[in-house]
Amino acid sequence: MNRKIAYALAFIAALAVPYFVYPVFLMKVLCFALFASAFNLLLGFTGLLSFGHAAFFGGAGYMAGYAIRSWGLPFEPGILLGTAAGAAIGVVMGVIAIRRQGIYFAMITLALAQMLYFACLQAPFTGGEDGLQGVPRGKLLGALDLSNDLAMYYVVLAIFIGGFALIVRTVHSPFGQVLKAVKENEPRAISLGYDTDKYKLLAFVLSAALSGLAGATKTVVLGFETLTDVHWSMSGLVILMTLVGGLGTLAGPVVGALIIVALENKLGDFGNWLATLTSIEWFRTLDESVTIVTGFIFIVCVLAFRRGIVGEIGALFKRALPSRAA
Amino acid sequence: MEIFGVPLQALLSQLLLGLVNGSFYAMLSLGLAVIFGLLNVINFAHGALYMMGAFLAWMGLNYFGVNYWVMLIAAPLLVGAFGIVIEKSMLRRLYQLDHLYGLLLTFGITLMMEGLFRSFYGVSGQPYSVPDALSGAFNLGFMILPKYRAWVVFASMFVCFATWYVIEKTRLGAYLRAGTENPKLVEAFGVNVPLMVTLTYGFGVALAALAGVLAAPVVQVSPLMGANLIIVVFAVVVIGGMGSILGAIVTGLALGVIEGLTRVFYPELSATVVFIIMAIVLMLRPAGLFGREK
Repeated sequence: MNRKIAYALAFIAALAVPYFVYPVFLMKVLCFALFASAFNLLLGFTGLLSFGHAAFFGGAGYMAGYAIRSWGLPFEPGILLGTAAGAAIGVVMGVIAIRRQGIYFAMITLALAQMLYFACLQAPFTGGEDGLQGVPRGKLLGALDLSNDLAMYYVVLAIFIGGFALIVRTVHSPFGQVLKAVKENEPRAISLGYDTDKYKLLAFVLSAALSGLAGATKTVVLGFETLTDVHWSMSGLVILMTLVGGLGTLAGPVVGALIIVALENKLGDFGNWLATLTSIEWFRTLDESVTIVTGFIFIVCVLAFRRGIVGEIGALFKRALPSRAA
Repeated sequence: MEIFGVPLQALLSQLLLGLVNGSFYAMLSLGLAVIFGLLNVINFAHGALYMMGAFLAWMGLNYFGVNYWVMLIAAPLLVGAFGIVIEKSMLRRLYQLDHLYGLLLTFGITLMMEGLFRSFYGVSGQPYSVPDALSGAFNLGFMILPKYRAWVVFASMFVCFATWYVIEKTRLGAYLRAGTENPKLVEAFGVNVPLMVTLTYGFGVALAALAGVLAAPVVQVSPLMGANLIIVVFAVVVIGGMGSILGAIVTGLALGVIEGLTRVFYPELSATVVFIIMAIVLMLRPAGLFGREK
């Protein structure tokens, strides 16, 4: 019951918030929130650490951007094509990577994503270092003009809710329960007769497709796509968002995405504030060295804060209400 | 003389460059394998520590006038000490958890180190000149062999095989191998396993720093030099499998050479050939060429 009220409140807040906050920033947050949620489906609910999720996010972004700009595809098929591209890359990477477990899985996904990065760097249609510029937003169903930020925001919100609902549904489905079994004890799941490789591949492709949806949407929102989105640091960033928010919680990645995107945007101000506070001039360069801060948060999260924000809040509630937890 | 339409001279020089790169792959993947064996941690920071080794060599020369030969010893010691601090203060807390946390922690360390070096030195590379004793080249008649490159291949091969010898043939190595198999039992026999773990990590990252110093005159010393390398080294580790020391060395060298040859015959693929080989090996032999499935 509480959960429904929380969802309703969040929905109302999401409807109202573009009147107070810059919509493009919010759209970016929503895209990354979907991306991180899709990633969490794999790490938090299946126990697979992929270090190559940038490949789906960026690959789909390039596909959608190119289709819309150069083939003149409308908004909807462009996004769908991007999502399909994410899924297709997911199938190829998944088939290769699920042959190994644990730490090897992470290294293989990282290496394969790096391969895609080099392919994007060299391929003629990606625009190389300059990126893919000037992707038009177009019109929704040929009628609603999306160049209006507010209209675009509600479309992105709808996409996010659709993707998020699919993830929630997946986690609570029988399929999601098998994934949980794989995470907890894979040999046991195998001995119960589940073809775990098939389930893992399916989860991987689903996660890739949703990451692709997020990436394609982000490209259309911002109107460009660059190599940053396929670089390994993007894969690291999505891990960080999930970790900060809370691994294996549904709301965690959304919270994490909000915090990390806000942090990236506001780091310069924060650095200036620190510089005036401590009179160490070096802090003024902080916004050029985002990686120092993200690296630091990574270390703190792994050492002291492994449950993440939402996970910690959940644990607090459990401690406060021991009777319900039992 | 030409082979498949490529002048022999160009072919041999690319082959040598491949061997040089292969030596770096071998040293780095060897360090990764030794650390993984005992700590069960994949050290993402390996690339950053390699970069740190190269930067220490550069800083030694530019700020303190310390020459290459001193830094060849000093940089690995400093980085090794730094590694020991990392192990004692942070990594140690994660051994009871999923191995993935070790990877994530070292990833965070990598980001911080790279960010710090970038904020001071920017992304462009700093040149580091070849030491006087090794400048110039041998003329072998059929090719020109730069002395420094020959030295890199020789030095790293020497270090790799010395490491192999220590681990496989000495008493210390026997403790190490026993610790890899069953740390609890080894500890029961009175060996100080936590100390061994700390020193192993220190040694592994010192190897990375040594590779960094060796690399400093060959590549531009830049904050990004480690990140690009470590991902290739991960692929090398997946291809070779982490079960065997010799396997790591041989795979590293071989992939360097293959990469060099690709640069001659099909340059477009030279950045990705290692990853393609990795995919093929995974399809045919998932445990890696020299690996054992655990």
